[in-house]
Amino acid sequence: MARFIIRRTLYALVTLLILSLTIFMVIRLTGDPVTLLAEPGAHAEDLDRIRAEWGLDRSWPVQYLTFAKNVFTGDLGKSFNYDMPVSTLYFQRLPNSLELALAATLISFLIGIPAGLISAVKVNSVWDNTGKVIALFGLAVPGFWLGLVMILVFSVWLGWLPTSGQGSWQHLIMPAVALGWYFAASLLRLTRSSMLEVLRSEYIKLARLKGLPGYVVIAVHAFKNALIPVLTLAGVNLVVMINAAVIIEVIFAWPGIGRLLYEGIFQRDFPLVQGVVMEAGIMIVVINLTIDILYAYIDPRIRLTR
Amino acid sequence: MAYVTEQTRAALAAASPGWAGLRRRWLRFAGQLPVVPLAILVPFVLVAVFANAIAPFDPTDPIPGAKIFAPPFWAEGANPTARLGTDFQGRDVLSRLIFGARVSLIVGVMGTVVAGGIGTTLGILAGYLGGWVDQVIMRITDAWLALPALVFAIFLATMVGPSMWNIIVILGAVYWTRYARVIRGEVLSLREREFVKLSEIAGASSARVILRHVLPNVLNSAMVLASLTIGVVIIAEASLSFLGVGVPPPEPAWGSMLADGRSMLMVGDWWLTVFPGLCIMMVVLATQLLGDWLRIRLDPQLRNL
Repeated sequence: MARFIIRRTLYALVTLLILSLTIFMVIRLTGDPVTLLAEPGAHAEDLDRIRAEWGLDRSWPVQYLTFAKNVFTGDLGKSFNYDMPVSTLYFQRLPNSLELALAATLISFLIGIPAGLISAVKVNSVWDNTGKVIALFGLAVPGFWLGLVMILVFSVWLGWLPTSGQGSWQHLIMPAVALGWYFAASLLRLTRSSMLEVLRSEYIKLARLKGLPGYVVIAVHAFKNALIPVLTLAGVNLVVMINAAVIIEVIFAWPGIGRLLYEGIFQRDFPLVQGVVMEAGIMIVVINLTIDILYAYIDPRIRLTR
Repeated sequence: MAYVTEQTRAALAAASPGWAGLRRRWLRFAGQLPVVPLAILVPFVLVAVFANAIAPFDPTDPIPGAKIFAPPFWAEGANPTARLGTDFQGRDVLSRLIFGARVSLIVGVMGTVVAGGIGTTLGILAGYLGGWVDQVIMRITDAWLALPALVFAIFLATMVGPSMWNIIVILGAVYWTRYARVIRGEVLSLREREFVKLSEIAGASSARVILRHVLPNVLNSAMVLASLTIGVVIIAEASLSFLGVGVPPPEPAWGSMLADGRSMLMVGDWWLTVFPGLCIMMVVLATQLLGDWLRIRLDPQLRNL
């Protein structure tokens, strides 16, 4: 187990190393970072001064080592616009993003899991086909467009819900549906396939042979095991939703991490963009590592095979 | 030595599906084409190709003398020439949708080609060569996968600057990871198959084995993945354009049309939001259905992707 943890942790570190190197290289290969830092039309002396101030006059390896050292000590640079450390801004916004992501997860559960369960239990029935249509539309209808249409219908035409902002459950419901929509479809598909697989297994056949009622077999024996991959996906999805809800947060003026990234783009605040992207990467790598280790702890086979 | 070569060549011809096998398999289902997805996609493709001939107005110039925010033709106060209404500059929404189809389809197809090209190449190299090449490629794939694709694309687009071809390269560079993973897995098992082993024993170079025996046998999977990627890429382009880091204005893209219409949503100018979104939905829906059809025909093992 210790060896497994060490190896996985090393992999995660390598991943973060490559990620930081990628971000570092992209910024330097796509143009001179000084032009991103200075006002347009700045004098050459000003550019030199800024270059020295940000350490951009040093060689690339030196610059990278500085950047990597800063990242690993939690210093992701300072936003121009807010004049604050990026990590401070990120963690200020985190609770808002978490609130939205949890609500979206709840909605994706409420739609995805029951629909997937019914689709699997009644394969090729009307229910299954309805489930397939939901899954198809979940992938084909962009969540942000769904959000816009909901604003049109529920806020503008019907006047039931506020168009944007944060505060009450009425504020939360539309962004949560728009964000959870896509993930509901993916949970539906996974629940269905995972449930089908479990229903084919030997121990379910045994439970049926024992004469247990159908609903007990499904609810107690099958569903519990089919839920494991579904919950893993939901965990990964939650982290993605926290960090990638850019458009939904913009549309609903939700003060989360996605909106922070958007503000960074529009104010040409490149340390902010870089910092938020790096922070998102770190968070995802750490969560994935945790899930991997938890899995290995629960299921010894994983420790041996990988 | 010659004897071995002779024998292995014969065995090889019998065992390897190769290019001829691929062609046979493709011809076999050409007769049973999927009706619904094609009925949606073909008109969109035709409209995109012949946009210049079909569009009633220039998509980037206002209609002379037209009101801004005119509703579609059936509503009160409509402009009879601008059938689906006009936008905030008095430009024809229908013409912009027509030219927008061109942008969406070009970016969708080309972005997928770039992603598939990078991913398939890296997947084959990692799977076939193994060793440190495999390690390096797969660690890069892991790192790329660690970032949500859209966040990564937004980051790249912000740095590189907006243009349609930049977006194609960016989306290709973001979405190749899935190909690399799947194709690598397939190559690992292909490498153990007789026709690949025999071809190696017969002295074929790595390049020859890859091109003659490995590549044709992973192309089906690559096609299935491609059919699934197109819709994702189209939505990603719309998202980037919506955020203002995609296809730059005044070029008509469905995503930027949605962004333009957003401010008028509050006063109920629904057509600026509903029509571009419906277009995105229909195209993506059709590519998804086409993908499902391809998946069942080409590779039953990939059904759970």
